[in-house]
Amino acid sequence: MEKIVKGNAFVLGNNVDTDQIIPAEHLVYSLSDPEEKKKYGHFALSSVPISQSGLPNGGIPFITGENYTSEFNILIGGANFGCGSSREHAPFALQVAGVKAIIAESYARIFYRNCVDGGFLLPYETPIKLSEKIKTGDELELNVEMNSLKNITTGEIFSLRSLGDILPIIEAGDIFKYARQSGMLA
Amino acid sequence: MAMTITEKILAKAAGKKNVEPGVNVWLDVDVLMTHDVCGPPTIDIWKREFGGQAKIWDKDKLVIFPDHYIFTKNPQANRNVEILREFANEFGIQNYYDVGTDRYKGVCHIALAEEGFDLPGTVLFGTDSHTCTSGAFGMFSTGVGNTDAAFILGTGKIWEKIPESLKFTFDGELPPYLTAKDLILKVLGEITTDGGTYRALEFDGDAVFSLSMDERMTLTNMAIEAGAMNGIIAADAVTETYVKQRTKKPYEIFHSDQDANYIAKYRFDASKMEPSVAKPHSPDNYDIVRNVKGTKLTKSYIGSCTGGKLSDFVAAAKILFGNKTAVPTFIVPASTLIAQQLEEETISGVSLKQIFENAGCVVAQSSCAACLGGPMDTIGRAVDGETIISTTNRNFPGRMGSKKSAVYLASPLTVAASALTGVITDPRDFL
Ligand code: SF4
Repeated sequence: MEKIVKGNAFVLGNNVDTDQIIPAEHLVYSLSDPEEKKKYGHFALSSVPISQSGLPNGGIPFITGENYTSEFNILIGGANFGCGSSREHAPFALQVAGVKAIIAESYARIFYRNCVDGGFLLPYETPIKLSEKIKTGDELELNVEMNSLKNITTGEIFSLRSLGDILPIIEAGDIFKYARQSGMLA
Repeated sequence: MAMTITEKILAKAAGKKNVEPGVNVWLDVDVLMTHDVCGPPTIDIWKREFGGQAKIWDKDKLVIFPDHYIFTKNPQANRNVEILREFANEFGIQNYYDVGTDRYKGVCHIALAEEGFDLPGTVLFGTDSHTCTSGAFGMFSTGVGNTDAAFILGTGKIWEKIPESLKFTFDGELPPYLTAKDLILKVLGEITTDGGTYRALEFDGDAVFSLSMDERMTLTNMAIEAGAMNGIIAADAVTETYVKQRTKKPYEIFHSDQDANYIAKYRFDASKMEPSVAKPHSPDNYDIVRNVKGTKLTKSYIGSCTGGKLSDFVAAAKILFGNKTAVPTFIVPASTLIAQQLEEETISGVSLKQIFENAGCVVAQSSCAACLGGPMDTIGRAVDGETIISTTNRNFPGRMGSKKSAVYLASPLTVAASALTGVITDPRDFL
């Protein structure tokens, strides 16, 4: 896993629920067929109200045209990110769309667990309201070793909460791979 | 370092001296619970990931209760129970409580308590969001998805993020027209369905410690309705008496330190509170009964892990005694033990069951039944156009079976009083 994640910010508000992340009508596509699973990327964040999509101004679609990956790959969220139904497709859709990390003030518990245990994304927490400090499109650099985030566009550096004991799971790939590697499973 | 009760239990299970909110730790799990809805997919993932050599980390710590879709002709539902039965046979699972045998228990969260699996200071995970119920015993308990459950099944371990804690203190004496359901509906009205997200809800105060274990479980059961990770009440003499009657297993009692950290503290005077409802279609849509009284009903329902315990039926029977219900009323004891107690417990020499039958209620077999709708042939299931008053824990659209029905959540006293009049009624009118 990369220790430095570089990318462009996509800023969202509070209470982004899993229906906004991947609407229920799209849960029908195969998760393993490489062509079909691209659709999850194409529809990622497609139900975020347009006024809330790409803050502070909104009106920025996460995915454009026929694409299935986004030009934005670090999400900045507010409180209670990933609330609503506990579908595991939500972090998967974001991963397919090219998202590498989320930095939010807080997460709904099942979404957070799914990000880690399925090996989809880095879910970082921050005590700071980053949505007021970072604009959609800002260039960011996430340092996983230092637990810090640099806004290259403005030069500001923010410290993030450590991932603690779950970092090795993310590094291994998913929770089962981690267990096999670490000898937790005989 | 000062810690809350939740932090202390998790620190112990993580083998650490201290833990802090926000930090992820690995826990040793004391009990894993699953049921007929999530058990089969959990077993599938476990087999897929751990292969033909898949081993259960500790057979004695796995507890399986078929309880959700039980008395139905639905083939998928019955196949799920069949999968559990085969699994229990193949792997020699002692703590499997099969349908159609005298081991059958009913709703998992209540059966866990009755069978002595709820032990102060321990850590329990279950494939059901209301696993938080067991927190009434001063233990840590929470729900997980099938992937996490499969992982626990193979390893006995799971990681968890230490939650921040919120504290709810209920002072004073609970008046006879209120129950624990009125208290928790009030809490949900205050903090809403995301006010507890990734947090621990700790209940405290004289009014809480005056409650029976049944009533305490009503409080912790609905912690998840606020999005919380767990609900918890420190164990006391009431807890110990309950536990010792059921098991000889060891346990350890923890208390929050005086100066432990809470992100918020709420205080209520229980003696001044009002009978409460959650209006359609969300458990945090709080109101007092007086503001909605007179609302016309088509059905009333007393059952589930939060509202189908002995204490709930004793409360309802007090009001129903010697009266006739005005709308169809369903009595669904959460467990087979409670069903038996309905026949044994009496008021003025009449058994609770007889009181209900005399009032014209339908007394059903123990299971989750219409709490979550269930297959079409589920007893008490909501149909289009209904307005129901219920002691259950969720009133989201469609939860009890029909998206075109409306459900009010209330205490067993309020539900019983309303059953007699056919409109939402303040229980004080009958007490
Ligand atoms: S009774 Fe209702 S809330 Fe309780 S476990 Fe069954 S379905 Fe869930």
